[in-house]
Amino acid sequence: MADYDFPENLRYSREDEWVRADGNRVTIGISDYAQQQLGDIVFVELPGVGTAVSAGESFGVIESVKAVSDLFAPLSGTVAALNEALADTPEQVNESPYGDGWMLEIEIAGAEELDTLLDAEAYAAYVAERGD
Amino acid sequence: MSELRRTPLHEAHLRLGARMVDFAGFSMPVQYDSIVAEHRAVREAAGLFDVSHMGQLHLEGPSALASADRLLSRRVSNQREGRVRYALLCNEAGGVVDDVTAYRTGESALFLCVNAANVAKDHSWVLKHVEDGTRVHDASDDTGLLALQGPASGDILARVGAGDARQLKRYAFASFELAGARALISRTGYTGSDGYELYLEAAGSERVFEALLAEGQRDGLVPAGLGARDTLRLEAAMPLYGHELDAESSPLEAGLDRFVELEHGGFIGAEAIARRAAAGHGRALVGFVLEDRGVARAGYEIAVDGTRVGRVTSGAPSPTLGRSIGLAWVPPHLAAPGSRFDVVIRGRATAAQAVETPFVEIAG
Repeated sequence: MADYDFPENLRYSREDEWVRADGNRVTIGISDYAQQQLGDIVFVELPGVGTAVSAGESFGVIESVKAVSDLFAPLSGTVAALNEALADTPEQVNESPYGDGWMLEIEIAGAEELDTLLDAEAYAAYVAERGD
Repeated sequence: MSELRRTPLHEAHLRLGARMVDFAGFSMPVQYDSIVAEHRAVREAAGLFDVSHMGQLHLEGPSALASADRLLSRRVSNQREGRVRYALLCNEAGGVVDDVTAYRTGESALFLCVNAANVAKDHSWVLKHVEDGTRVHDASDDTGLLALQGPASGDILARVGAGDARQLKRYAFASFELAGARALISRTGYTGSDGYELYLEAAGSERVFEALLAEGQRDGLVPAGLGARDTLRLEAAMPLYGHELDAESSPLEAGLDRFVELEHGGFIGAEAIARRAAAGHGRALVGFVLEDRGVARAGYEIAVDGTRVGRVTSGAPSPTLGRSIGLAWVPPHLAAPGSRFDVVIRGRATAAQAVETPFVEIAG
């Protein structure tokens, strides 16, 4: 099976998004596993600042050469910032899924929401379960 | 779910870390590394595709050529031995059963290379329509097929002992010995770049595949999957059965006039094709580029002023052009290059413009 990078300091959803918490402001993107599964990413559609997103619901779309996929919010909250550079350089999601490939910052209601997410070890096990 | 079929190269694909997908009932590599990288390798150097899933139907016997003339939209009887022609198998209503390449292998022998999804259908269609004195043999399971595509392909063949294949003209073929195997090599392909297709005995094809990859590495050769095959053929505006061609659509609607010899007349569907053309088709296949961001996908609506007027048949981001391209059915008045219409992407009208095809300059 392929090698994936799942940084220890992040939390992960079962829909393959990662979350970096900084108080009630969290940054989200898609995991290394997700970007490898999708392949060359050519288009990312994100909601505008101020949009409400709900945990488990679609907040945007990501397109690879071959396919269109929904992006699912790992937590509920309000969009505080989006990575506008992805409009011109969506390949940043492939090149740096945890860095320049970030997607949204959202304000969440309370940090306890983070407990619904997986840590790196649990997420790695969840990915391994699903196979390639 | 029934078990997926495997090509003779299945183990080799797994060793290379390919992502395998179900295609026409076969487990096939969609990509090894990156579709875009594989696409670029073909345009700039070379890519090696396993297309062993495709079928080969051999016709032999005293009436084989007459049978083929009846089945195909172009005449085989005046096709020289050692030459390949692209042609359509049409139904009585003027629709398309399949698009094929016909290889004239002998005085009274030829074979058709057919789409994987259509092998069984084509086989029964051919059996039903051949004349007495034509033997039909489906050699698909015994045949391995590699496509070596891209400008470096000839030099790579030379490295494995088949340098003489470089003398082949486009759409010509001959027999060669390479990497200890016999191969029928044709200067053909489905990418728009120069290249070759290698028909091999199934058993020997893995050795040839490995030898080509090893020897071609220094020329920039990479293994390439079905993902790149699709973006390459789309840039070349080559039709894909089930997308631009089907049992209902006339090949003339799809712009394949060059490959339909109505004057030869005797083939199945010729009358209907002529009748439908005379009556006017009411739609045309057009190539377009998206003027805005996004990707047009097969099945998306084409609209003008919010009214549906057509449908995308194939679409993808073009790695060569750096923008999204596609083919679509539109009313004839929108088919001229420069015409404007919208592609409806998730409910949003995205501006597109009709362009000349192929989208990129293609070989031969």
